[in-house]
Amino acid sequence: MSYGVVIIGTGQGGFQLAASLRQEGYQSPITMVGDEDCLPYQRPPLSKAYLKDGRLDAIQLRPASFYERNSIDIVVPERVTVINRASRTVETLTGRTLPYEHLVLATGARSFIPPIPGLEAAKVHSLKTTADANDLRDALTTSRKIIVIGGGFIGLEFAAVAISLGHQVTVVEAASRLMARVVSEPMSETFRVFHEQMGSELVLGASVVEVAVGHDGLARGVRLSDGRSIEGDMILVAAGVRPNTELAAAAGLQVANGIVVNSSLMTADPSISALGDCAAFPCPSSGGMIRLESVQAATDHARTIARRIVGKSVTYDALPWFWSDQGTLKLQIAGLGQAADEDVAVVRPEGRQLVFRFKMGQLLSVETINAAGEHMAARQLLRHPSGVSLDALEARDFDIVGLAKALKEPG
Amino acid sequence: MTKIIFISSDGNETAVEAADGDNVMRAALANDVDGIVAECGGSMMCATCHCYVDEAWTDAVGARADGEEDMLESAACEVRPTSRLSCQIRIRPELDGLIIHLPESQT
Repeated sequence: MSYGVVIIGTGQGGFQLAASLRQEGYQSPITMVGDEDCLPYQRPPLSKAYLKDGRLDAIQLRPASFYERNSIDIVVPERVTVINRASRTVETLTGRTLPYEHLVLATGARSFIPPIPGLEAAKVHSLKTTADANDLRDALTTSRKIIVIGGGFIGLEFAAVAISLGHQVTVVEAASRLMARVVSEPMSETFRVFHEQMGSELVLGASVVEVAVGHDGLARGVRLSDGRSIEGDMILVAAGVRPNTELAAAAGLQVANGIVVNSSLMTADPSISALGDCAAFPCPSSGGMIRLESVQAATDHARTIARRIVGKSVTYDALPWFWSDQGTLKLQIAGLGQAADEDVAVVRPEGRQLVFRFKMGQLLSVETINAAGEHMAARQLLRHPSGVSLDALEARDFDIVGLAKALKEPG
Repeated sequence: MTKIIFISSDGNETAVEAADGDNVMRAALANDVDGIVAECGGSMMCATCHCYVDEAWTDAVGARADGEEDMLESAACEVRPTSRLSCQIRIRPELDGLIIHLPESQT
């Protein structure tokens, strides 16, 4: 009998892999090992609904009966300490040895805590797990003056929630604009105006160089690279994440900004795959190695690996997409726009905003606010084999929904 | 609690008791009803909680939410006039006995 699949990690990617394997008819054992003492759950709501209501049942991906019914063994809380590639086993902190036929690394990422003096000593918050979100919720029961380090998705989603609960919020972002790593300049600007209107103070282009800690161990404020000081009684560090690659590296697998895999999400060891936030994989459009932190990548990777394990031929070619809910703004991104050399911003009625991102006249990515139709049209168009040109969009006055419909119709 | 009846594409019927204020997608997941994937967790970012509202119930359930129609376009199975994203159907006492038909696949 096969030893089946061992999945390290009980996040959304790990869950999707187990579910997809059963859906594909895989019959050997499936074991998931995770260090959080709970069933797999969704992380995006941690900075939104769960932060407010704390309802674990509302974010659990499936109830316990699903795993029983599908013979998916969940081993939590447990930590894999060693991967023995020669014997195809993993060892755990409590002394278990689990044999595998296929091993899938779905280890995710952890919050990055920058090396800032005082930061280690102070009681600061980060946001990656339900425990983190519970701590934040508890801290928010009294009125706070909050400093958020990092103006990315998590920091800004949190800021929007905290402001709506009546707290004071200052967001410090080292780059000159918000979400600089993932969105265009016009989109950053829209969100800057929005968050300021909501009441957050934004400090851009300055980094935190020191955290002041009181005798009680609590943070009292921060000093910035421009010499300014900001007072606060609560700090959220939302300065990005780092992939959990240590197990893979210790097992001799290649690691370069993530666990390196090929276009079928396989490492150099054919019995080991990696997926989601921890995996560096070849970008289907550019061919360069990328690592994405998104539900889409985790779940599409998982489905690809599941199909491969049951013997189907696979190449990963999914289009990346992302979302972020900040106050009343629903940001949706289709495609990767980082390589863009031209952005076209378009404003539509009813608060819909779009930014089209091009490289050498070819559409790379579309960012939208409160415009689900345009986002879906973009996802469809960006998958079109011959691509979409700036000229084609200009000719239609950037009516992307119309263009998507036209290309869909036969003839 | 409000009773919701899910009927799978092969005719399997599952009745669940759901909390008012929750949505139909959540009721299906919480009760381990197969046929709803709900990849985005109810953010209306995908169309993997697609369902067909039984014709007797379409009026009571009401119209699609803003943007829902656009997301439905990417549903894996045929979109019909009764198609909804189940994450956008809020459970309330008037829907007691609601019948939801599930498509063959979501992805």
